[in-house]
Amino acid sequence: MRRHETWFPLGPWRVPYNFSHDRKKTGENSPRLRDLSNSVTSTPSSATGEFRLAIFRTTRSLQTVLDLMASAVMNMTSSALDWLVVAFDAPFARAVVFGVHVDGHFVVEVLLVAVILFQLFQKSYKPPKRPLTEKEIDELCEEWVPEPLIPPLTKGMDYEPPVLESAAGPHTMLNGKEVVNFASANYLGLVGHEKLIESCTSALEKYGVGSCGPRGFYGTIDSHLDCEARIAKFLGTPDSILYSYGISTIFSAIPAFCKKGDLIIADEGVHWGVQNGLHLSRSTVLYFKHNDMESLQNTLEKVTRQNQRAKKVRRYIVVEAVYQNSGQIAPLDVIIKLKEKYRFRVVLDESNSFGVLGNSGRGLCEYYGVPVEKIDIITAAMGHALATDGGFCTGSIRVVDHQRLSSSGYVFSASLPPYLASAAITAIDMLEENPNLLSKLKENLAILWKGFSDVPGLSIASNPHSPIVFVHLKKSTGSFESDLKLLEEITSRVLKEDSVLLVTSKKSFLDKCRLPAGIRMFVSAAHSESDLLKASEALKRVAASVMSDFI
Amino acid sequence: MINIPYLTALTTLFSYGLLFAFGQLRDLFRKFLEWFSSNKLQGYAPICLGLEDFYTRRLYLRIQDCFGRPIASAPDAWIDVVERYSNDYNKTLKRTTNTTRCLNLGSYNYLGFAAADEYCTPRVIESLNKFSPSTCSARVDGGTTVLHEELEDLVARFVGKPAAVVFGMGYVTNSAILPALIGKGALIVSDSLNHNSIVNGARGSGATVRVFQHNTPSHLEEVLREQIATGQPRTRRPWKKIIVVVEGIYSMEGELCKLPEIIAVCKKYKAYTYLDEAHSIGAVGKTGRGVCELLGVDPADVDIMMGTFTKSFGSCGGYIAGSKELVKYLKYACPAHLYATSMSPPAVQQVISAIKVILGEDGSNRGAQKLARIRENSNFFRSELQKMGFEVLGDNDSPVMPIMLYNPAKIPAFSRECLNQKVAVVTVAFPATPLLLARARICISASHTKEDLIKGLEVISKVGELVGIKYFPVEPEKQQLEGREKLE
Repeated sequence: MRRHETWFPLGPWRVPYNFSHDRKKTGENSPRLRDLSNSVTSTPSSATGEFRLAIFRTTRSLQTVLDLMASAVMNMTSSALDWLVVAFDAPFARAVVFGVHVDGHFVVEVLLVAVILFQLFQKSYKPPKRPLTEKEIDELCEEWVPEPLIPPLTKGMDYEPPVLESAAGPHTMLNGKEVVNFASANYLGLVGHEKLIESCTSALEKYGVGSCGPRGFYGTIDSHLDCEARIAKFLGTPDSILYSYGISTIFSAIPAFCKKGDLIIADEGVHWGVQNGLHLSRSTVLYFKHNDMESLQNTLEKVTRQNQRAKKVRRYIVVEAVYQNSGQIAPLDVIIKLKEKYRFRVVLDESNSFGVLGNSGRGLCEYYGVPVEKIDIITAAMGHALATDGGFCTGSIRVVDHQRLSSSGYVFSASLPPYLASAAITAIDMLEENPNLLSKLKENLAILWKGFSDVPGLSIASNPHSPIVFVHLKKSTGSFESDLKLLEEITSRVLKEDSVLLVTSKKSFLDKCRLPAGIRMFVSAAHSESDLLKASEALKRVAASVMSDFI
Repeated sequence: MINIPYLTALTTLFSYGLLFAFGQLRDLFRKFLEWFSSNKLQGYAPICLGLEDFYTRRLYLRIQDCFGRPIASAPDAWIDVVERYSNDYNKTLKRTTNTTRCLNLGSYNYLGFAAADEYCTPRVIESLNKFSPSTCSARVDGGTTVLHEELEDLVARFVGKPAAVVFGMGYVTNSAILPALIGKGALIVSDSLNHNSIVNGARGSGATVRVFQHNTPSHLEEVLREQIATGQPRTRRPWKKIIVVVEGIYSMEGELCKLPEIIAVCKKYKAYTYLDEAHSIGAVGKTGRGVCELLGVDPADVDIMMGTFTKSFGSCGGYIAGSKELVKYLKYACPAHLYATSMSPPAVQQVISAIKVILGEDGSNRGAQKLARIRENSNFFRSELQKMGFEVLGDNDSPVMPIMLYNPAKIPAFSRECLNQKVAVVTVAFPATPLLLARARICISASHTKEDLIKGLEVISKVGELVGIKYFPVEPEKQQLEGREKLE
């Protein structure tokens, strides 16, 4: 046994206590311990000396108890081991095989090693893989019931828009009746203009209607190139690029420049085209409060400070010049300051400001006196002030050329019908030749604003210089839908009773903009003073009667 | 499936490898130069990072003159191609006032409505005078005119569906309709070679997208079975609905969709079908009603029929035709209907007139003649090209016929040489096709006369010989000569 004692590490601590004895001692100790702890907790205010003594006693007795417990456990283990060793020693009788003593220890250790090896080589448990059988798949396919292609139609969905029987000028024909039209963004009153139609006619005779091909494949007509050059010259940019549809301009241009991982800070009030572009770009998009420069600054600050990576990726601020959803004008001077401070590029959608703002209609840059080079990417739809269709994007040569191969709406779509490009050229020529169009528009806006001074229940949300006069409810009725319904009631009555065509800001369920509903009035330079007064009078009267029903 | 000859694949890869290496070398020099000049970025990230525009700078710019050639006439059978020159090794191209009259084998002018037409043009101009070029308003606001309503009824009648809605641009039709129809928790099963507008629409919708092998109904079935059985990824819920999106004629392949088989599979697995007839509507079928008519599919079996007016009708815009409820829902929900400027009224009139000509409602049989002519022209041209030994893709009756070029150097060689011989062809390279599968694409029109086609064939044969793209063993010359004699 001597050899055994040195070999086994637990040996030297063996104490000749037996198990029952030990149990008895602990049993005696425990009431004492409890007493002491009681005395400590029951006399917290006694003298410190006594307190210390009590603690000393407690620790001492605790130590004794622990010692005793430890030795008891050791005893138990070692006696169990002793028994085991004896049990295994016996059959081999400490035989020596090849110089190795085969004793109980050896047997136990070999057994343990064997168990470990067995466990190591065992595969971890996985439920057996049983792929679905063909029959099961058949059953699943049989069971599967798809939703209907479209949700059930509700009553609100069968809205019938007005059907125009003549050109969408300031006055148009609806159901054989002449109405004053505030639904067309014909800001300069070019719809139906002789010169515009003349240029279209000659283009139609020369080029036909469609271009029958994308720009890359013989769909580039010389009038496209002329139009691009004309726009660039008008805005003072090096080049521009034409798109065949207004709304596709911005949603193709944004993904051409912003990719996954890039950073975009956008206004929360941007229209659906911009939202779609942001979504398609797969960039990280952060929104700031609608037209709130403080919020923009905070967002920029937060993003650049928090995120070191933000310094390496492409960073863009996306704003609209005149917001289609509210008629607000973006404060470009502040945006430029912020952009330069934080080194962001600016994407500006000028759809509702090109040809309208500024002394000569060159848009928001001119309005704020900001050099156009400061804006990196400008897009605009030509279906508003220019009274044609399509859109363009302009900026540096690099920006424009990059889109010619990277912008999906440009590369993969048939080009703009050439007659619309000619119309755009003529429209810009006319705008340059007749600056009084712009002053007339400003006058008209002022007249309408004056007429709107006290419409019951309604107020103007737009900027006084915005060509969209956006009228919304002073107090919301609770939801966008109910507001819209109320406003629609007003517009339909105005149309019926006063023959003035007004439109509400309808919204697709895909549109994520959360701005309140309103009546959008597109003011034109071609509206006469009487048209404007008629509209404001009608709105005032109808609103008063409708609102009194509701409030 | 396109089987690239082994040697061709090797040389093509070698060419691209060489171009890539040279491009990299030039980029390296550029980097050195930029190091010495001051940093122009001033803290902004560059517009293109890394290799994003490598292709444009180092590969595309070399052959830029083969693409986007401006023309100074209507895209009819013969066009005036504007000459361009470059002073900076093709980096920028300058227009001259000189033009060359060329045979147009590139425009999608299938029925020949691109040029002024005796029936259409006067009506278009009349509409222009009445409605002006634009309504400046969205369809739901003040952008709907009587013309739009008329066109919607006419399109529905033409394609054989109860109702239709029109949009101002074909691309937007696809990319704005899909998000309105389908969203999260639903599945889009798309052909692998679908057009970019469908890809963007699917991406914009938020639905899961799975792709099946191009025009392979058996693989479509496999995908559908697997997807229905496993359900949505992660959540394992069953799919809400499945839409299978296919095209009638694949514009880069010239292939007709295997519609009857695909419809059968979709019906079996309760998936909805979305058929994009951008290139097929008006161009194929006995009365021009597209692939459904050509392949004998009942339009009622296709849930959503989409098409564009850009190609056969020589206008712009697109349509969706379907059940009355579907169209009503789209008019309520689709952002392109709610926010985008409505289709230009003269363009609407062009489509109305063109469809009337096709239907014979103009009081002549010109429509039927046009349709017979395009079929005849296409089949003649295709069979002749095949006889010459070109590798021509696509099916009979399809007016689109790609000729495989493969090697990058053959793209400009073929295009420039054809232009020298006064034939304007389209060559298609990387962004629109896979890198290795560059091709020339011929689009046949009803306005081509037999003489035009023969001239085109002669030039293509000569240039093809020169460039070395007759990949298939050429038949004995005797036969070819005989064939030509027969033509004349």
